[in-house]
Amino acid sequence: MSDQVNSPDPATPETKAAKAGPDQADDRGRPAYGLGQAFRDTILEGRTVTITVLAFITAFVIGGLLNAFTNTTVLHAWGNFFSAPGHAIAAAWDTAVGAYVEMFEGSIVNPHTVAALFQQASIGAAIHDGYLAAVFNPLSETCVQATPLILAGLAVALPYRAGLFNIGAQSQFIGGIIVATFLGYGVSLPPFVHVVVCVIGGFVGGAAIGWIVGELKARTGAHEVITTIMANYIMQYFLAYLLSFGYLMQAPHTTDEITAAIAGNAHLPHLFGPSLRINAGFLIALACAAGLWWLLTRTTTGFEFRSIGRNPSAARVAGINVERNWVLVMLLAGGLAGLSGAAVVQGTDFTLNFQSYGTYGIDAITVALLGFGRPLGVVLAGLLFGAMKAGAPLMQAATGTPVDMVQVLEAVIVLFVAAPLLIRAMFRLRAARGGGVGGVMSRGWNA
Amino acid sequence: MELELKGITKRFGSLVANDRINLSVAPGQVHALLGENGAGKTTLMNVLYGLLQPDEGTILLDGKATRFHSPKDAISAGIGMVHQHFMLVPVFTVAENVTLGIEETRRLGLLDRRKTRRDVLELSHRYGLEVDPDALVENLPVGIQQRVEIVKALVREATVLILDEPTSVLTPAETNDLFRIIRRLKDSGTSIVFISHKLKEVQSIADTITVLRRGQVVGERPPSATEDELASLMVGRNVQLRVSKTAAKPGEVVLDVADLTVAHQTGRVSVNGVSFQVRAGEILGVAGVQGNGQTELCEALMGLLPTVAGQVTLDGHDLTRATPAQRLRAGVAYVPEDRQADGLVGDFSVADNMVLDTYNTPPFASGINLNLRAIAANAAERVQEFDVRTTSTSTPVSTLSGGNQQKVILARELGRAHKVLIASQPTRGLDVGSIEFVHRRIVQQRDEGVAVLIVSAELDEIYSLADRIAVMYEGRITGFRAPTVPAEELGRLMAGGSDETPGPSGAEPAPSAPTAIPGAGT
Repeated sequence: MSDQVNSPDPATPETKAAKAGPDQADDRGRPAYGLGQAFRDTILEGRTVTITVLAFITAFVIGGLLNAFTNTTVLHAWGNFFSAPGHAIAAAWDTAVGAYVEMFEGSIVNPHTVAALFQQASIGAAIHDGYLAAVFNPLSETCVQATPLILAGLAVALPYRAGLFNIGAQSQFIGGIIVATFLGYGVSLPPFVHVVVCVIGGFVGGAAIGWIVGELKARTGAHEVITTIMANYIMQYFLAYLLSFGYLMQAPHTTDEITAAIAGNAHLPHLFGPSLRINAGFLIALACAAGLWWLLTRTTTGFEFRSIGRNPSAARVAGINVERNWVLVMLLAGGLAGLSGAAVVQGTDFTLNFQSYGTYGIDAITVALLGFGRPLGVVLAGLLFGAMKAGAPLMQAATGTPVDMVQVLEAVIVLFVAAPLLIRAMFRLRAARGGGVGGVMSRGWNA
Repeated sequence: MELELKGITKRFGSLVANDRINLSVAPGQVHALLGENGAGKTTLMNVLYGLLQPDEGTILLDGKATRFHSPKDAISAGIGMVHQHFMLVPVFTVAENVTLGIEETRRLGLLDRRKTRRDVLELSHRYGLEVDPDALVENLPVGIQQRVEIVKALVREATVLILDEPTSVLTPAETNDLFRIIRRLKDSGTSIVFISHKLKEVQSIADTITVLRRGQVVGERPPSATEDELASLMVGRNVQLRVSKTAAKPGEVVLDVADLTVAHQTGRVSVNGVSFQVRAGEILGVAGVQGNGQTELCEALMGLLPTVAGQVTLDGHDLTRATPAQRLRAGVAYVPEDRQADGLVGDFSVADNMVLDTYNTPPFASGINLNLRAIAANAAERVQEFDVRTTSTSTPVSTLSGGNQQKVILARELGRAHKVLIASQPTRGLDVGSIEFVHRRIVQQRDEGVAVLIVSAELDEIYSLADRIAVMYEGRITGFRAPTVPAEELGRLMAGGSDETPGPSGAEPAPSAPTAIPGAGT
């Protein structure tokens, strides 16, 4: 009894705040909410979208400064600041902006390739000699890089919507890529069938890992954050183990920890000819995002997922089986991460080595966070991060900016997205709700 | 100390929570602040306590204008506040809680525990508070915890004590104790600001009553004012405090609960062999001080807590092991005690909340496809029928007032085919208008032949709704009574007094008794 009175209920901070919100509750209805107010709320104070965009801009500014002031040429110029201040500032500007320009050229479009295209005598020649492909290559690379990020991002976003935090996209990715790779080199099937079998295998491999996590939570209450982190290590070492023995998955006649290449029939087909790497995996990612949107907003299953995500105890009272949904959510999420693995091995890598999982699992969390856990948001965030990854090599080659700059940018974006209050303070945005201050105060003191 | 508020105005965006409020509290006076939820009582007190800054107006202490920038300023000026939700550390002792934030230290910064204990004992003795300074707060009943809060304020030398809805968590006996303490404080010159929406209490303790409505002072009355006068002032129109209802016409037994026992994982038994029956067309009211197993009883009836022993039968079908979904389908309508935690998904729209437990049945779903159009149409219809005040059916339900939220739940539960209505604390925290509405609907359900089980900690509510009263104490039913029984008798049962006629005879319904229902036909 004393607990009830003394501890604020952690499960419902939102509702508590709403309850404590001063006089918002009134039978007259809420104060008039005009179109102008709505517009301002969305554009100026609209909590998340604006903040995300501002976080993004801030990150790029900070990244640029960081880049400029770790560059020896710039530092040298600043050493002579008092003799040539203009030169110092110009050097800093050039370095910072130059890196971003190269990144843009590597991920969206490079004007030189466009110019080269228009110098060709005929369209036929342009296509034949690869000039057209060169123009679209950056975009293609962006999509290629985005594909696994989108799929793994969805694997984090779906549980997020259902109130679960999936840190284990990496383990599920590994589960998927192991099965997809094995089916890729281990069996022999006709062209189209082989692709489908491997993709399904990838889904199943990831889903199995996710299912274990969901089942553990549903049956024993084990927190998914702990179990998914553990699963990451387990799958990482399991993969290393598989790749260490010839009779398991290691390629014959090698000491490297790598599998044999998957059969050509298992490759995801290219969408625009062999010179562009963009492949059907990108379509799978878009289809999954669309499917997930449909599932979440248009089906009873999605209604259940969202209910348990927003208020599990009300969902339980309404007769929704919370545990069963946890299992289902983790199973689907694992499957999506598994597809991400399949897309990597069947789309670009074609072999599996002990590092194939890269940082997809971790980046997935960032992508899901940046995308507000919504399918469309995840697609956009995935494309954004994909673009940064695609542009990084050119940036390094052309300006000597280390590829790590991309990671710094990612980190700063996440930092700011995760700290909306900081962004609000920096840009002096008003709190989103009318009685925000009062709400916060009375929540702190009364709830 | 003489306290005066002059022209206090506090706005939140376009909403005026306090509109030029004037209030003066003379020393040694109990000044009651009466008003519905959302009338601005708490906002006003938060302004006085330094939690909020007024947009206009001044606070005068002994005629001197003062500004409080934080509760610290208010405390040092001699203002103490006992919040509705206590601010105590459960694992600390009383003395530790009292001294928290103003710790007295000896040399080397060691805590002077002895002095604190002495202070607590001395104050406790002087005002008849009777708190043990060495007791752990988590082991204390709510009524005593509240006294710890009062001691906390007194140790900080409060001469004005604000009590925010202090009786909402107390038993009738504890309320009496509190009133005794308040009178003693008053006699020693402390001013009390007593915030409440309960008319009877305010009448019995206050020297002056100020009524707030929609952020404005609408009147000041002596405690001799009639209940109806105060109620109409509070609501702004004439209200009917008692539900008009005819005698019940009980039919067949619909809900049959036999020897129901519920235990926590820790082994604590919260419901202990409870048996009762509810017939079609009657209202069984379960009275009792909060925390005596009523919550667990309702949750067990809904299948949310596992039953250790006993049986629950609905219309002859055994539901003892049924899942919540099966019970809902079998015809149980359920209004949970905590509507925001258990009854609604706050971020969901009104429309989605209206189908929270029917989303997977036609016409709202075909297969796994949601029929959004049917859901929207249903919401539009129910909002009309239950007079839910909302800007649209796609508004998040958390932005609605408590009364309208409760209407959403009622609309949902009563819109489903049902034979039993289980409603736990159906009007907690609601304004008078909404209470009236909810009560009318509940009686209407009874008249339509639904078996109704009401759990309420408010005796007034039990009296005005129930056709039969069961009293719970420490997980047991200590007796069944007709609603004509005097409150003292119920109070005795609520405090654990046993039934003179125990056994199955007490569990039998007494449908012929309630011919003289209080307020019937008014």
